[in-house]
Amino acid sequence: MGSNYDDDVTFTEYSLGPDQLQKIETILQDDLIDSGVNSVMLIDLAGNIIAQKDNGSSEHDLYSLAALASANFAAVDTMAKIVGEEEFSLLFHKGENESIHFSKVHDEFLLISIFSKKVALGLLRLKVSESIDKITAIWKR
Amino acid sequence: MAFVNMKSKEVQAKIVYYGPGRGGKTTNLEYIYSKFRERIKSDMVSIKTHGDRTLFFDFLPFDIGKIMGYDVKVQLYTVPGQVKYDATRRLVLKGVDGMVFVADSQVSQRKKNILSLKNLQENLATYKKSIFKIPLVLQYNKRDLKDVPLLPVQQMDKDMNSQLKVPSFEGSALTGHNVVPTLKKIISQTMASLQNVLK
Repeated sequence: MGSNYDDDVTFTEYSLGPDQLQKIETILQDDLIDSGVNSVMLIDLAGNIIAQKDNGSSEHDLYSLAALASANFAAVDTMAKIVGEEEFSLLFHKGENESIHFSKVHDEFLLISIFSKKVALGLLRLKVSESIDKITAIWKR
Repeated sequence: MAFVNMKSKEVQAKIVYYGPGRGGKTTNLEYIYSKFRERIKSDMVSIKTHGDRTLFFDFLPFDIGKIMGYDVKVQLYTVPGQVKYDATRRLVLKGVDGMVFVADSQVSQRKKNILSLKNLQENLATYKKSIFKIPLVLQYNKRDLKDVPLLPVQQMDKDMNSQLKVPSFEGSALTGHNVVPTLKKIISQTMASLQNVLK
């Protein structure tokens, strides 16, 4: 096989140290959980959970959610390409009690927020956007 | 593309079951799920059609305990086997660390096995991965069938494993024969490939 293959890199193409992970968790807690979001996680596009925070009363199966969320995002992304869009920027599923909001961070990650009716979508989007800026800054450091 | 969390000392690795439609990929996962029910904390997730065929994937997270001080979580996935679902099949391969190829031993399925393996090679190549380098285990499934002609194992080896030269098992996903040895083999191969990172 030619040099087009990069199997020697069996590991994620990104790496985050314990300090960076700690900072990311702090951002998730301060900006999102403390604003009323029930549960939030940063995952990669393969469905791995990188960081996670919740309000203590949320009991979802997060590993399954992460797998489904990454697959869902990939499917929607492929649909966007088929209709000639670069991406669909707003991904949001509204439920009776809880809703899920997806947001891309970098090209590699997704921020998944699960929230109830107590949090307005507008506020959530603002907070998510602020968090993403902060997480991106940590990533670049 | 396993994810190693240095902070919580946790490794998440992705193992995908691949192979032709109706070959027994989902049945492999269902057997694992029933066998290790007490160790698997969440439910098996299946996205399937009304006709009970896999539409997107099945998903089963599996804690295998500690390796070199890390808590290892293996995420088992299947792909849809039907030819028309190639786009979704490719999506499931994103970030894969290890593969099990479930081949159908029936004589009538010989060509489908070979085409599916070829398709795996092409789809891995879209992620710049080589089928010759990724941890891979073959399972010749349905050896329990009595009423239909089965391919001799030597023939299946010749068809699929003459170049790959990877571990292979004769199995029956329905009865559970060699389902767990297949899983253990791919886990140990996948972990061996990640070992350098964990040191």
